Amino acid sequence: MNESLFINIIIGISIASVPLIFAAIGELLVERSGVLNLGVEGMMIVGALLGFVVMSHTQNPYLAVLSAMLGGMVIASIFAFLTQFLLTNQVATGLALTLFGLGFAAFAGRGYTEETIQLITAVPIPYLSDIPYLGPLLFSFNPLVYLAFFMVYLVWWFLFKTKQGLILRAIGDNHDAAHAIGHNVVRYRVMAILFGGAMAGIGGAFLSLVQVPIWGEGMTAGRGWIALGLVVFASWQPFRIIFGAILFGGITILQIHAQGLNINVSAQYLSMLPYLATIVILVSLRMRLKNKTNRTVPNCLGRIFHSTT
Amino acid sequence: MKYQLEVSNITKSYGDLKANDNVSLRIKDSSIHALLGENGAGKSTLVKIIYGSLSPDSGEMKWANNEYSPKSPFQARENGIAMVFQHFSLFESLTVEENIILGLDSVGLNDNFSEQIIKYSKQYGLDINPQQVVGDLSVGARQRVEIIRCLMQNPKLLIMDEPTSVLTPQEVADLFVTLKKLAADGCAILYISHKLEEVREICSEATILRGGKLVQSCIPQEHSQKELAEMMIGKKLTELARANIAVGESIFSIDNLSRKSDDIYGVNLNNIALKINKGSIVGIAGVAGNGQDELMELLIGEISSPKTTLNFNGQDIGTLNSHERRQLSMFFVPEERLGHGAVPDMSLDENMLLSRPDSTEMTSNDVIDWKKVATHSKNVIDTFDVQTPSSRMLAKSLSGGNLQKFMVGRELIQNPELLIVAQPTWGVDAGSANNIHQALIELADKGSAILIISQDLDEILSLCDKIHVLSEGKLSDAVDMKSKGLEKISQLMVGGKTQ
Repeated sequence: MNESLFINIIIGISIASVPLIFAAIGELLVERSGVLNLGVEGMMIVGALLGFVVMSHTQNPYLAVLSAMLGGMVIASIFAFLTQFLLTNQVATGLALTLFGLGFAAFAGRGYTEETIQLITAVPIPYLSDIPYLGPLLFSFNPLVYLAFFMVYLVWWFLFKTKQGLILRAIGDNHDAAHAIGHNVVRYRVMAILFGGAMAGIGGAFLSLVQVPIWGEGMTAGRGWIALGLVVFASWQPFRIIFGAILFGGITILQIHAQGLNINVSAQYLSMLPYLATIVILVSLRMRLKNKTNRTVPNCLGRIFHSTT
Repeated sequence: MKYQLEVSNITKSYGDLKANDNVSLRIKDSSIHALLGENGAGKSTLVKIIYGSLSPDSGEMKWANNEYSPKSPFQARENGIAMVFQHFSLFESLTVEENIILGLDSVGLNDNFSEQIIKYSKQYGLDINPQQVVGDLSVGARQRVEIIRCLMQNPKLLIMDEPTSVLTPQEVADLFVTLKKLAADGCAILYISHKLEEVREICSEATILRGGKLVQSCIPQEHSQKELAEMMIGKKLTELARANIAVGESIFSIDNLSRKSDDIYGVNLNNIALKINKGSIVGIAGVAGNGQDELMELLIGEISSPKTTLNFNGQDIGTLNSHERRQLSMFFVPEERLGHGAVPDMSLDENMLLSRPDSTEMTSNDVIDWKKVATHSKNVIDTFDVQTPSSRMLAKSLSGGNLQKFMVGRELIQNPELLIVAQPTWGVDAGSANNIHQALIELADKGSAILIISQDLDEILSLCDKIHVLSEGKLSDAVDMKSKGLEKISQLMVGGKTQ
């Protein structure tokens, strides 16, 4: 294998893993607060569409990314309102949100299927990117790639280094107790859900603004679901999201390069790989934890909080 | 006389129900003040009002002679009121230190707090390790965490909602030392409890509520336990007495029963053996966490054991599941009410039907006749004085004591030949506990056998004619109560205890 192919694969893997990192780190914070939002896929696709539309009209990447985040948040706010104020079932609401998002984006994006946009390009960091090997591997990425990794750090810092983060974790662990000592469960959860929406939106926009310059119906292709699996895979620990996302991203890239490397496997099998891997990893993770008290899952995950006082 | 807190004429209604009706209460400086009452007497409502999580419909409060009307627990804490909740308000996946920080509004995360926690824990003799995860701690240690969390607010009033209901006798003794020291240091304590013996031991004053109304304020030492109980329930207590202990032939035996616990915090059972005769009440005493849960799972049939280890009426039943055991007329009341004893999200009616080994009297051709079910539930609700608007209420909506009454009643009305019951009166108030005890005695008098697993020694002593002690997974030989067994039991309980 020659060096440039190797570097290309590494870069490819990073690019493939970024949407997963964004979506998963957002969902991780949501789940840490005790809410299970299965609408990640729906929020991602709306982000992808909005980012693309705004980019094609304004050619302004900042505005495009920002709109994608807002779009994700708007969709998330529907979920927040339904689950936190009307106390609807989170699983059903999340699924509905995904279906709604996919349908809405397909409908609203009809006029854009023929268009192409200018991709947001990589910005090599001056000087650093000239270092042999390390330069192209570490310092020649798209700004959003750095942002993704930074968000992981930020979420970790928030959860484990700030009092608000501690309160959020406490709410996810036992919302009744948190309420009893006077913390506002609903407010924390709504904020977390909105953050999750913003992250899913930006993750979706990465697909349509960085990976491919087109809009296509259903272009998130199940990445929202993989992101949900990743949160479990990471046992709700932020940094493990990166590891997991790279693993999944790697399998996706492998699928592309396998054909280039003359590995003779049918394309259908290869495109199954990421999903198959998700299942295998989730099962093996569960097997490993089988006989242990599992302290990693937020105890209140998916449970409805209804204040009696 | 100086009062730390004065509560005057508080009224709070939920719809038609007056949870507090014109209640007044005054707590002196540095005193331990008891708040007594049955389940549903309005104690929790009053306390929530004081702690700012509820606001009263009318009435006023004074805090150290100033107007006091807290809008939230934050305000109550600012004023110097701290509370230890009945169901602990701890977060299991977090460390002790994080849990304590969560309860302290002014402390941030980076304040390197462990040392201060350790300082307080030493000062009050409350042994805890700040870095441990709360989920790994025993119930007693969890309570120590709660108390320290409160103490670090330097409160002027500490509210404790039934603090001893889950503690072992040694832990209760330790707690009382702490409370006395606290009161001596100038902190008033509002102590809510069912346990009148404790109230008489440590409280200098008592306020008694019944049905939301103030019954009396008194000095607990001036009244006997029985008098206090009667003030709480508003009627005379029945004297417990076995009419005739006519012990018949053997009906149930445990033989050579061992089990390796699959929980890392569990206890292994070692060679348990026991015999019960018809008409006899046998008790298993012992501090919780010595194998009671593991034993109960085997007795109920949640976990099966080798066939011959359990024998009922001459039949080996170790491998039968709990439904099959019920069909033989063995009935059970497990300790864990929600989840084991009852399905939390189902109504009392549904729970009534679920545990029936033979439901033909409530069904026709397997179709449920809800009217008939409701008649049976109604019967239990009336007989055991279960406080609930209807039998359609969800099991989880009842208070623990009320649900317990329903569950004990549900089993009792089936006239079991053998009843196995864990902690029959846990969380149940004095009047109802009296009812349950009376019903158990009547059942035994009719010739049924009863096995009681309880850590409430008074309960076991007053009911049982033979007592075993379970300690570290080993069951002692039976102690016959006729021949001065008390000393022996205490010895067995203490001897088996490891600190």
